[in-house]
Amino acid sequence: MRLGLAGIAISILLGLLCAVAQYFKIPVLRQIVAVYIEISRNTPLLVQLFFIFYGLPKIGIQTDAVICGIIGLAFLGGSYMAEAFRSGLEAIPPIQTETALSLGMSKWQTMRYVVLPQALSVSVPGFMANIIFLLKETSVFSAISLMDLMFTAKDLMGLYHKTTECLFLLVVFYLLILLPVSLLGSLLERRLRHAGFGS
Amino acid sequence: MPDLGLEVLLKGRNMERLLEGLGIALEISLISVAISIPLGILLGVLMAGKNPVIKAILRLYLEFIRIMPQMVLLFLVFFGTTRAFGWDLSAELASILVFTLWGTAEMSDLVRSALISIPKHQYESSAALGLSKSQIYGYIILPQTVRRLLPLSINLITRMIKTTSLILMIGVVEVLKVAQQIIEANRMASPNAAFGIYLTVFLLYFLACWPISLLAKYLEKKWR
Amino acid sequence: MAVRVLADNQPETLLSIENIVKKFGDNTVLNDISLQVHKGEVIVIIGPSGCGKSTLLRCINALEPIQGGQIKLNGQTIDPNGKDLTELRQKVGMVFQSYDLFPHLSVIDNILLAPCKVQKRDRAQVKEEALALLARVGLQDKAESFPRELSGGQKQRVAIVRALCMHPEVLLFDEVTAALDPEMVREVLDVVLQLAAQGRTMLIVTHEMQFAKAIADRIIFLDGGKILEDAPPEQFFNHPQTERAQQFLNIFEFEVVKPHPAPQA
Repeated sequence: MRLGLAGIAISILLGLLCAVAQYFKIPVLRQIVAVYIEISRNTPLLVQLFFIFYGLPKIGIQTDAVICGIIGLAFLGGSYMAEAFRSGLEAIPPIQTETALSLGMSKWQTMRYVVLPQALSVSVPGFMANIIFLLKETSVFSAISLMDLMFTAKDLMGLYHKTTECLFLLVVFYLLILLPVSLLGSLLERRLRHAGFGS
Repeated sequence: MPDLGLEVLLKGRNMERLLEGLGIALEISLISVAISIPLGILLGVLMAGKNPVIKAILRLYLEFIRIMPQMVLLFLVFFGTTRAFGWDLSAELASILVFTLWGTAEMSDLVRSALISIPKHQYESSAALGLSKSQIYGYIILPQTVRRLLPLSINLITRMIKTTSLILMIGVVEVLKVAQQIIEANRMASPNAAFGIYLTVFLLYFLACWPISLLAKYLEKKWR
Repeated sequence: MAVRVLADNQPETLLSIENIVKKFGDNTVLNDISLQVHKGEVIVIIGPSGCGKSTLLRCINALEPIQGGQIKLNGQTIDPNGKDLTELRQKVGMVFQSYDLFPHLSVIDNILLAPCKVQKRDRAQVKEEALALLARVGLQDKAESFPRELSGGQKQRVAIVRALCMHPEVLLFDEVTAALDPEMVREVLDVVLQLAAQGRTMLIVTHEMQFAKAIADRIIFLDGGKILEDAPPEQFFNHPQTERAQQFLNIFEFEVVKPHPAPQA
């Protein structure tokens, strides 16, 4: 769980940076971000994790399970968050930027005081959906430790019996974590839509 | 230059086996997609409809499926049904079942939001032109809905393909499983195989999903 | 009210537009335009749509890059890439056609944002000034409202106050009433007339001919990216020199189409 939160926090930051880099069309960075987003969105998290966890150590990059999980989640989540922020940024009409500039604000001030606050509220639904998505994906992490278990434990039947018991606990557990997040998300979305900035 | 373990790929039928694994993953996701799309459209239309009981039930179904990680669903269906009903589902069948349940839920939500996003005045102005109800849907509402829907449903397909990587957890022999077997088999001869093989799997998934994503993006732009 | 007298007999040039050229791709929108704006002068720019009126204002505020010529404020060139651009922009206030208030901020925060963050002025002091200006435009009780709670005319008046609070030396109005309902046009134009009476330097793009006649010291008629006429309002409206201007003014005349108009009730 803590792993999930750390991964999500990093992915939010990463996503914001990527979105701003694309918004300002910073030359080289922008292409790197575009490639990163395509790669990370078009491959499964489990495969990314296997690669980081089993593949990278072979060429000398050692990571422990937790770090690997956080990196994997941030790698995947960053691109999803970037897309959410980007659509938020694009939803702000250019006249807002122009007005701010015409009031003598710098690019940075315009971003900080005018564009970002509005863009963030537009991206809230996408943002919440991503958090839920990422929290769900953390279940994949158990795969790595579970895989080891499966290899070491020869008595598979015995393992299955235990798994069945754990299953329902697992379901309840996930419901407990994800239900509030999901509800909060739809609540926020509804509230913001009602408050409806502007006309 | 460290040993990247890529030579293992060229040994025997290894590459071929990986591709077969990918084939199984694609097959499972495509079968599920084929079932979920019509089911999802049906449920989506019902969700956009007026019956509050049906709406509540479907909403519950959607929220439940959405909130559960797919892996948990897979375990639930695969092991749970054995326990509860004594069914002996094959792993492939269980995966198709789970992906269909999930895909139907997601698809119905896409259909629902596409339907309600058509502004009311579209219905009103077509009615004002004297079109009948079926004409309104046939000529005005459906074409607009499909345009909004298609890119999103295509994205759903890539999500399904990506999620198939999980089915190795219930024992389906797909790409990742094959990769593990190859790495295991070559542990002695080529200890670094994990890097090369997993990199290949990574690329295979990318190559399978990327063109589909590009298509979705293209359609989205074209029909905006 | 109709004609204002210049405070100075020897007017000082505030804004100087020298031979500017603006192109969008191959399309030349402004073709070698020159214009001197003196301190305290009110210039109204009119012309058919697409003639480049709005583009001209946007160029002055460096929102659009220009491909030739230069624009000087107080003798200092406005350079879209220059470091002192934000400083120059503070001296040029602009109000746009669409309601461009920041929707996530209250009216007073909309007004205070730039003076406090850009000019780093004392918040309490600016607030006092802002409230006084809001009172002048009849919106003293709207300070804490959000833009979505205001009518179009009210939003436009707030936008004007927001521009004024930066203490600009010249104000640009880009069709500020074009998106408004007729009864709201008046309340906004009254505010602009007030500003003219105070001796503000202004460049106004508008389609309100009566208003232009009342407020302008000079009318600029723009067509095809060129200034075709530059004259005092009486001369322009009564004796337009060019054929294009005559045609343009005729658009605003209607001829009676019914042989016997219905008698007034």
